[in-house]
Amino acid sequence: MSSAKPTPKVVFSARDLTKVYLMGEVEIHALRGVDLDLYAGELTVMLGASGSGKSTLLNILGGLDSATAGSVRYGEQDLVAASDSVLTRFRRDHVGFVFQFYNLISSLTARENVAIVTEISRDPMTPEEALELVGLQDRMDHFPSQLSGGEQQRVAIARAVAKRPAVLLCDEPTGALDSKTGVRVLEVIEHINRELATTTAVITHNVIIADMADRVIQLSDGRVSDIHSNTHRKAAAELSW
Amino acid sequence: MIRALERKLLRDLVGLKSQAAAIAVVIGAGVMVLIIMVSTLDAVRVSMQRFYDSHQFADVFADLKRAPEGVAERMRTIPGINQLETRIRAPVRLEVPGFDDPVRGVLISVPDGRQPDINRLYLRSGSLPAPGRSDQVLIAEPFSEAHRLEAGDRLRVIINGRLETLMISGVALSPEFVYQIGPADLLPDYERFAVMWMNRRTLGHAFGMDGAFNSVVATLQSGAAVEPVIDALDALLAPYGGVGAHPREDLTSHRFIMQRIETQEVMAVVLPVIFLGVSAFLLNVLLGRIIRIQRQQVAVLKAFGYSNRQIALHYGQLTGAIVIIGTLLGIGFGAWASRGLAGVYAEYFRFPDMVLTVQPREIVLSFLVAVAAAALGTWRAVRSAVSLPPAEAMRPPAPERFTRGWLEASVLGRVLDQPTRIILRNLNRHRFKAAMSVLGIGLSAGLLLTGSYQFNAVDHMLDVQYRLVQKADVHLTFTDPSPERAAAELRHTPGAHYVEVYRSVPVRLRKGHSHYRTAILGLDANPKLRGVLDAEHRDLKLPPSGLVLTDYLAELLGLSPGDEVEVEVMEGRRQTIQAEVAAVVDDPIGVSAYMERQALNRIMREGPAISGAWLLTDRSRDGELFEHLWDVPRVASIGLISDAERNIRGYIEDTVLLMMGIMLLLAGSIAFAVVYNNARITFAERARELATLRVLGFSRSEVAWILIGETLLIVLVAIPLGWLIGTGFAWLLNQAMTMDLMRVPFLITPGTYAFAAAGVLLAAALSTLLIVRRLQKLDMISALKTVE
Repeated sequence: MSSAKPTPKVVFSARDLTKVYLMGEVEIHALRGVDLDLYAGELTVMLGASGSGKSTLLNILGGLDSATAGSVRYGEQDLVAASDSVLTRFRRDHVGFVFQFYNLISSLTARENVAIVTEISRDPMTPEEALELVGLQDRMDHFPSQLSGGEQQRVAIARAVAKRPAVLLCDEPTGALDSKTGVRVLEVIEHINRELATTTAVITHNVIIADMADRVIQLSDGRVSDIHSNTHRKAAAELSW
Repeated sequence: MIRALERKLLRDLVGLKSQAAAIAVVIGAGVMVLIIMVSTLDAVRVSMQRFYDSHQFADVFADLKRAPEGVAERMRTIPGINQLETRIRAPVRLEVPGFDDPVRGVLISVPDGRQPDINRLYLRSGSLPAPGRSDQVLIAEPFSEAHRLEAGDRLRVIINGRLETLMISGVALSPEFVYQIGPADLLPDYERFAVMWMNRRTLGHAFGMDGAFNSVVATLQSGAAVEPVIDALDALLAPYGGVGAHPREDLTSHRFIMQRIETQEVMAVVLPVIFLGVSAFLLNVLLGRIIRIQRQQVAVLKAFGYSNRQIALHYGQLTGAIVIIGTLLGIGFGAWASRGLAGVYAEYFRFPDMVLTVQPREIVLSFLVAVAAAALGTWRAVRSAVSLPPAEAMRPPAPERFTRGWLEASVLGRVLDQPTRIILRNLNRHRFKAAMSVLGIGLSAGLLLTGSYQFNAVDHMLDVQYRLVQKADVHLTFTDPSPERAAAELRHTPGAHYVEVYRSVPVRLRKGHSHYRTAILGLDANPKLRGVLDAEHRDLKLPPSGLVLTDYLAELLGLSPGDEVEVEVMEGRRQTIQAEVAAVVDDPIGVSAYMERQALNRIMREGPAISGAWLLTDRSRDGELFEHLWDVPRVASIGLISDAERNIRGYIEDTVLLMMGIMLLLAGSIAFAVVYNNARITFAERARELATLRVLGFSRSEVAWILIGETLLIVLVAIPLGWLIGTGFAWLLNQAMTMDLMRVPFLITPGTYAFAAAGVLLAAALSTLLIVRRLQKLDMISALKTVE
């Protein structure tokens, strides 16, 4: 909304996004009318406490979940009305995911964990290139069990970006890591955002991480409570908590 | 504290309902087989014992030509004899109104107007022939049922060539004819063979046996040895044309029951051991894996302060509940199926009533086996679960250690895609688990094969019997050995195309301490209507001298070609001679000895005598043929081979195949239960990985492949193993089922192997379908959030 930047090409556009789901017999209003745009190439950090709706929002943007009401557009594509196969296609071609618990396939090596995505992508980089991008060129043939947590998360990032996605969605990417390792992972995300100009959204409850963002979106109780742009974007390396 | 755990128990059971049900089915199948086998065995055994005890069943039997009644007193003085009764047995022919086929029968005398002392009759309806009445006859129940005859109906009976019209006074059963079979028959034919009883005076008069007898029955004092009694009887009766006394064990009816019991005794061990063994194994594997999936829950419970003992008890209760449900299912269905099977036995074994009970012993036994199997499975899994420090479960999961398998080191390794690599590495990583799955599915394939092989084997056996061995249409027996010219008369019978005669001599074959009563069949060297087959089922040319034995008989007596065997002739001069075993043949049905007909005549020191004939006939002229044959006085019986074939096929369908059908059903459910559980557990273990792949952009079918591929691979490896196991089981069963009546060949056709494979594949397809439906509901988000 506030946009001092000159080229605000909208990648995602959500309007009046509402999500209600049933948890047992209780109706949970996870999102209560969210209006939001994400711009091409920017790094957004979404902040919020547990239950603020940030993960639900990310899941809907990533095509993992559907909204109860409202609209989400990815470019020209309507994601709310999309079928499962269209959403699968959307994830396969456009979205890279990074998870809190890495979710690597433990039976595959680092290289193969990346290959599992490149094999089904249209115009991927090679697994080697992707791993080099995250600084793991020397650990390519290691199994997840042979890698540290930070290394595993970097493999997960390599896997997410190897398909050259338009969007990189990271759900608490540092949540399971210590501060030092977390910073190293954020550096990689920053690097990807800069080098590949990938639109990046990071959700976290760690306020410090917000300093590295172009824009910070604050969610609380299923609504966007604040959006502000950082005039000065801090380098990831400068962060610590 | 415990109450919350109990609630968890109930909810776990509900949550695991399909898996619990599948496991319960596996247990139920094992228990059911045990209950069926043991309770039907008990039913036959107990019913037999009751009938024998309450109706004074004889210990010794002797038949002879004719002896004056005075001989009886001398026989009663033989040491060891308790009671002895003489009687008259007369072969007869019958005419049943509205039934055109020839009917044979045997008339046995009862003391005028009262029950015999030995082999008392059980009166189902009506009464004994009234004293002094010469026109009354008591008939056996199966014959009365076959023709819907009751007291008051009339029958026309030809006794000694004279036609008499008799009135039925009642319907009865005898311990002597529990298994009621005509001479030279292989199976009961209630329509064409009748057992009847008549007053002694009347029968003696009609049969020319006034003041004489031709049959003796006796009971022994308790503890008396039977052999000396038999020897004494033989010595006493030899001058009167005795054909050799024999113990109860050699009586056809009793022998068949005992064989059935013996077979069942073996099966009652072999089948439940196989089924319960498989059940126990599967239970162990399945429960173990279910509990391993709950590792985190175990850790949480421990963190809350539950003791290992409480947790172990909790899972013990979970498996206990499943075991109880399974056992109850097994007992219920087992009792139900036993009733069906006992009903079939009741058709063949005519006891006054079939006493069928499921004994507490069987229930306790099957329950204990199931509990032991479950306990073992639970214990191992719970032990490994509780040994985990609680904190470990709270941390993000450490990735499992993987390595590249040998397969990937090969050229093949380069062309594999990642999902296939996942499948291979998972199997390689969990080799023990995969091996257990393979073994479990292999076992169920083996059971399928065991259950189905008999269908083809029995069919093959009957085809051999009725296409290659029994090639005639009609089988005639003569009352006495007759001169060969009788054959010439037969050749002129209307409707007879071809006649082949034979000589049959009742003998006792003896080698060392083993002996066996059978008949030597004297055939043309190259018989056309009665095949004698070698092991490759080619017609064997009978050697000019020497005996040819059924392989079963040769084995029983420990004989092989070239050996000498003692032949005790039970007819005519009753000489004992030594004969050489010339060859051994492969007869699937019956226990026969063969000889070239003239060679047999020579050792009998007789002219070219014959005992009966086989005829090829014009079936459209059967009526004319039978009418003519009835007028030939020496014809004792007329048998239709096609009827015999129909009978035996019916018998096999009723008993063997019914049993096999039940087994097949059980094996099928086990196969399904195993494959389903396996796929289900694999799904649970992989849910997180599969969800990740879905998020990464894999479609449902691509993700499903990882599951299906693993199940399919396991099934494909399991099938050949199952063939191997099944072949072993089938061989065991085949050994157990070998008996006098028939020996089902150990023959497993490619079709049977294909059937077993198809059964497992079908089970796999069904399970996969069910799992793929679950995959539709796979929640990508929650799978990503939760730590395994």
